[in-house]
Formats: sequence, structure tokens, C-alpha cells
Amino acid sequence: MTTPLLSLQGLTKAYPGVVANDQVSFDIGEGEVHALLGENGAGKSTLVKMIYGLVKPDSGTMKLRGQVFAPPEPRAARADGIAMVFQHFSLFDALNVAENIALGMENPPPMGDLSARIREVSETYGLPLDPFRTVGDLSAGERQRVEIIRCLLQDPKLLIMDEPTSVLTPQEVEILFETLNKLRSEGTSILYISHKLEEIRTLCDHATILRLGKNVGECVPSETSARDMAEMMVGATLQTPERSGREFGKVALDVSGLSVHSPSEFGTALKNIHMTVRKGEVLGIGGVAGNGQDELLGVLSGEILTSADAIKFNGQPIGKLGPTARRKLGVLTAPEERLGHAAAPDMSLTENALLTGSVREGLVRSGFLKWSEATRFAEKIIKAFDVRTPGPENAARSLSGGNLQKFVIGREVLQNPDVLVVNQPTWGVDAAAAAAIRQAILDLAAEGTAVICISQDLDELMEISDSFAALNEGRLSAPRLTAVLTVDEIGLMMGGAHGMEVAHV
Amino acid sequence: MDLGEINPVLLIASLMVAATPLLLAAIGELVVEKAGVLNLGVEGMMIVGAISGFAISVETGSPWLGFIAAAIGGAVLSLLFVLLTQVALANQVASGLALTLFGLGFSALMGQGYVGIKPPDMADIHIPVISDIPVIGPILFQHDPILYLGIALTAAVWATLKYTRVGLILRAVGENHDAAHALGYKVIKIRILAILFGGACAGLGGAYISLIRVPQWTEGMTAGVGWIALALVVFASWKPWRALLGAYLFGGITVLQLNLQAAGVAIPVEYLAMSPYIITILVLVILSADKSSAPASLGRTFHASH
Repeated sequence: MTTPLLSLQGLTKAYPGVVANDQVSFDIGEGEVHALLGENGAGKSTLVKMIYGLVKPDSGTMKLRGQVFAPPEPRAARADGIAMVFQHFSLFDALNVAENIALGMENPPPMGDLSARIREVSETYGLPLDPFRTVGDLSAGERQRVEIIRCLLQDPKLLIMDEPTSVLTPQEVEILFETLNKLRSEGTSILYISHKLEEIRTLCDHATILRLGKNVGECVPSETSARDMAEMMVGATLQTPERSGREFGKVALDVSGLSVHSPSEFGTALKNIHMTVRKGEVLGIGGVAGNGQDELLGVLSGEILTSADAIKFNGQPIGKLGPTARRKLGVLTAPEERLGHAAAPDMSLTENALLTGSVREGLVRSGFLKWSEATRFAEKIIKAFDVRTPGPENAARSLSGGNLQKFVIGREVLQNPDVLVVNQPTWGVDAAAAAAIRQAILDLAAEGTAVICISQDLDELMEISDSFAALNEGRLSAPRLTAVLTVDEIGLMMGGAHGMEVAHV
Repeated sequence: MDLGEINPVLLIASLMVAATPLLLAAIGELVVEKAGVLNLGVEGMMIVGAISGFAISVETGSPWLGFIAAAIGGAVLSLLFVLLTQVALANQVASGLALTLFGLGFSALMGQGYVGIKPPDMADIHIPVISDIPVIGPILFQHDPILYLGIALTAAVWATLKYTRVGLILRAVGENHDAAHALGYKVIKIRILAILFGGACAGLGGAYISLIRVPQWTEGMTAGVGWIALALVVFASWKPWRALLGAYLFGGITVLQLNLQAAGVAIPVEYLAMSPYIITILVLVILSADKSSAPASLGRTFHASH
């Protein structure tokens, strides 16, 4: 057997209170696409940060082509041919593509030569990109291309990709996979981090599975079923949410001809949106992030006001009502960002329960807070949704992402909404918690609540929604029944591959 | 009232002098803010620079040494801000305000023995031929060297930010410090250097007031120029040449309104006195209508979380 490109031996890294990586060992061969699988918090990010020189291991060794490899900083790792595409893009919005790429290089050529090389490499790998566009104006897929090209310009031996497809349309994923296959055929190794099992099965040669910081198994993805891999990740058998056949009632929420400007500078304006949701129906709204999801949630929650008739609840115009008035009527929302938008990070769970529950749960009397009732309400949420926390007096910030998400969704579900709007209900949540949240949403719909679920996770939407519509540049496609949709059709509804024409001008 | 007493050549020449302290302080703060740090201590660093420069040039008899001391004094005071915000990760707004209050008090203490003294003169540059051109000569080519340094500094900062790798890294740190850190740039180190540069520039600006513009030492003599510099950076949309334009506009109207007051124009003095502020802000607000915005990490504390 030949020497592997990178060999990890017993890597361990502990943070106060948690062992992020515990004796992790595996090899990445030359020209191999190696998958690193695991749930959120399994230690995937810490592991790649060690390879990239951002974090130093407490113990254990790495060997690059047989030589001891211990990069003190990313610069050193880059010099040794390690390149990384980050999960949360490490890009600078106000700078242009060429400047962003120059920042990721050790000795960038003059700007003129660099932009010529960017054009050349981007054409070669089928990732068209204009070097002089400002990154803030690019779509998520195009931003990722910037990162990839930044790596490719340095002829990497190992390319690390952290959750690269979470922001892409299916068509863009296909383009990405072609690029990665081309790289593999040229001998570049790829360490591919994901929790999307089907992707790993089509792309990767080998997979290592992490759970709670430990290497719990390896497999050849193309010969292993997605379910088996998922169970190795979770360490337990998975329950698929059940969906009972049900009848839809009257139209609960009716949005017609809705157009608004975005309140933020890099936001997307909503353009002439029509949709209706019936009682008991789950409407899934897909689309790549930044196509108007936040604005749509704002409009439905009452944070952005519109003309009165644009939004009707049971026939009553509510477009000019603010969030509290809408909550009173029964239109509830759970926004995407847990720390900041859906919950106040430094306030206790009781206080957070009060913040949205005060109207419907009667937690306020003539301006005074009813603390004991509020605590009881918070405890009820914690119990019903199995939120792991010592008690309701803990700050929202102290909960893990999945637990806080369960709390935030549970808080709305337990208020018996007539209409519930959720944005990214299971984003960054482990599989078991995600299944519980999806089941809660389905149960709520079964009781007659109209649910709008905005999400970028297509599998999730296919699993829970009755009909599907896609947001693309602020426009909403006509809703279609989920049962008869194919992935290709969804991709086209989401706008296909963004910006394919850009570099051909 | 006699408008004929106002000499336009003298007026334009003195507006450049009036604008220079503001320009120096604003250029320094511009670099600091481009690196993502909001230092509200400009006024404090200016006044400490003013007294440091004044004291040293009186003691040594050399205005040059005075200006060097002023730059060092401003930078040393900014080191306190570095300690608070970059090492102890304190809030930048509160630290900046504290710096100004501290600087005002400390400079009064330092300056106790220097009230009423005249500092040594800094000779104006006199270049044969071009300084003697009528009108243009006195306006453009008969000033002290520090005034030209201010203009040169503006050009240098502009070119550095726009064309060099150092400038690109500085902008990147101010734009997204987490991304810059992930790429392996030393965010804190770059910010510390930027803050020191800002302190040195503010110190120079302060000394320009006490050594050339006035020239004498009185307590609190910077009289809010540091605050104007802060506002100027924002209204100039973080662009060096616009900061220069704003500073000259402000300086020009300041000088003009003083001349108008002296000439006895029938406008209440209060209106004349507020005119530089109003007109400068109006012009820069109109200019800043384009979409350029603040560095995205401005005022945010950076803490490497890995």
C-alpha cells in the first residue's frame, strides 16, 4: 500500500467542559474524496481546524506524505498544500472578487495578472466568475465559487470542504460535483464534510464517521445505505416523522399581490407574492438563502408592515397590524436566527417565554408581569419538547443550538396558533431533535393549524410539507403538490444555477 | 461694515492653515476606522499632542522635535486605548470617551508651567521662483512644512489603502475580522498598529494648533476639533480625499466667518459661528449619498474563539 497523503494519529483536543476530539485517527489517500460525517457538535469542525492550523491539538500527530505535519498557523498549512472552503464563507462583502482571492494567497501576483488567472481557472473548472464584482452582490453559489477558486489558485494537494452544498440549488450542487470529480481525476484529495448522506454516497470514495468527538466507524459510502450511515452518526435508530392523511379546511392565510422593499441594504425586495394556506395544510417554501426568506418572515410576522389587504387572516385584513396584534389573532412566527431574533440570548428561558407568550398565555396583567405563570409556561415548554436544561432560570445562550431551537419552536406551538410561520426550524439541529421538531409541526397541522415552513433543507420540506413553492430573487413560484414533485423540478423552481451567464460577457 | 478689508489671498492661505489640524486628526482616525476600530478619543489625543509638542519645542527650541514629541505623545495615549479595547476587550465607545476626558485633564496638568509662553517659530518653506508667483505663490507655496505633510499623508493613505497589500489587509480586518482571522491574519496586531498611527496623527494635529495656528498654550485649546474630525470621517464616507475636501471646507468657512465678523457684517455672531459646522455637514451629507458604507466590523470587539 502506498503512503497516504494525510494520516491522522490519535488527535485529541479538549475545550473546557467538552472533549471536541478524542483519539481520532484516519488516513486520506492521494486523489481520494474522503467524507467526514457527523452530527452538529460531533467535532468535525474542530478536526479540520487542526488540519488547517487554526487550532493546535492537545495530543496526537499528523503526517503529510510521511512527514510530520504540525502547522502553527493557516499560512503554514497553505504553504504545505492544504486549502479550505469554509462553511460560513470567509469572504469580505465590501471587497471585490479579485481582492478577496488575493487575501487568501501568500504571494499574490499583481491585480491585473491575478484577474486574468481567476478568469482562466474559473473557465477551466466551469465556475464562471467576474473578478471585479463586489462580493456582497453575489449569490451564495457564486460566493462559494470565489472560495473554491481562491483554493484552486494555490494548487492544493488537499482541499477541505466544510458543508459546501448547504447553500446551493440542486443544479449548483451538480456543477460543484463535476468540479470536484475533475479535481480528483487530477490527483487532488478532498476532505468533504457533510451530513447530507445521499451526496456523500454519490461523491465520496471513503467515509469516516464521528460521534461525540470519537471515530465510531468507517465505510465505503457507495456500498452503505443512507439509513445505516445515519444510524452510525446518531448512534440510535431513527424515527421518521409520521404524517397522517388529513383534510384541509378553509383558507386561513391569504397573501395576494404583496410587494415590499427590504429594510436592509443587502436584502431582497419581495415582488408580487401570492399564496394561500388552508387549515391543516403545511406549505413548504424553499429557495437558496438570501432570496427573500427573511423579508417574507418579517412580512408575515408583522415586523414589516404592508398594505392592509395584502395579507388576510380568515378574511380579515392584517397587513397593517404589528406582531403583537397578530399574535393576539393567532398568527405566530418563529424566526430563523435563534440567538438574536427568535430569542434574547442573555435573558432567561422564562423571560424568553414571556416575550412572545405574554399575549396569548395571559402572562401580563395591567402592565405587570405574572412571573409564576410565566415560569410555569416555560417549564411546560421544557417538558413537552424535551429541552435539555437545568431549569427555566437559565439564559437562552447557555443552551445548545438544538435545545434552544426546540424551546423556540415549542414556545410557539404550545400557544395553539391558527397560523404558524417557521423559518429554518431545524437549522443546525441534530437529527433526533430535528425529527422531534418536524413531528411537532406535523401534529400541529393535524389539529388544524395552517403552517408555513420556510427552509433551505429540501429533504425536510419534502418530508413535512403538503405543497411546495420556491422563493427566487423575491418572487414566489406557484405552489405545487409535494407528492408529485421531482428534484429537477424543484431545482428549476428555485431558479436553476445562479449566474451561469456572468463570466461570458 | 467693510468687506474690502478682507484680502482673498490671505483668506485662502489661512484657510489651509485652519484646516490642517482637522485634516491630520481625520486622516489618522480614518485609518483606525478602516481597521474596524472606533476610537472616540481623538480630542484627548490631540490635546495631549498639543501640550507634548508645545513643551518639548519650548524646552529644546526646536519645533521639529516638538512635532515628533507630539506624535509620540498622541501615540502613547492611544496605547491606553489599545490596552483597554484590544487587550482587555473593553467597549470601544466607553474607552474612547474615557480617553478624551483623561487627555483633557492630563494635558491641563502637563501644561501648568507653559501658559503665556511663546513657542519657537517654524519657518515657512520658501522655494525660489514658485513661492514668488503673485497670488498663487502666497496661497500654495508659502506655508510651513507640516501643512504639506498633511496633504502628503492624505495622498499616502489613499494610495496605501487602494493599491497596496498592506492596505488590502487593513480593509479586510475592518470589514470582517472573523474571516481575516480564519485566513491567518493577525487582527489584533493590525488594529494596534492602526490605533497607534491614528494617535500619532491626532497628536500632530494638536501640536499644529499649539505651535503654528495659535501659537500658544491654553487649556482645552483644541476646542472640539477632535469631535469634528470624527464626524468628518463618517461624512467623508471613509475616503481620504473627501476628508481633505471636508477639512478645507470647514477651515475655509471658519476663516471666512471670522473675517466677516471682523468686517462687522450685520448677521448675528452666533449664526456666523455655527456656519462652518452646518455647511460642512450639509455638503458632506450630500456627497455621502452614494452607497459606500462603514467598515462592517467597525466598533465590534474581536475575540478569537478557537
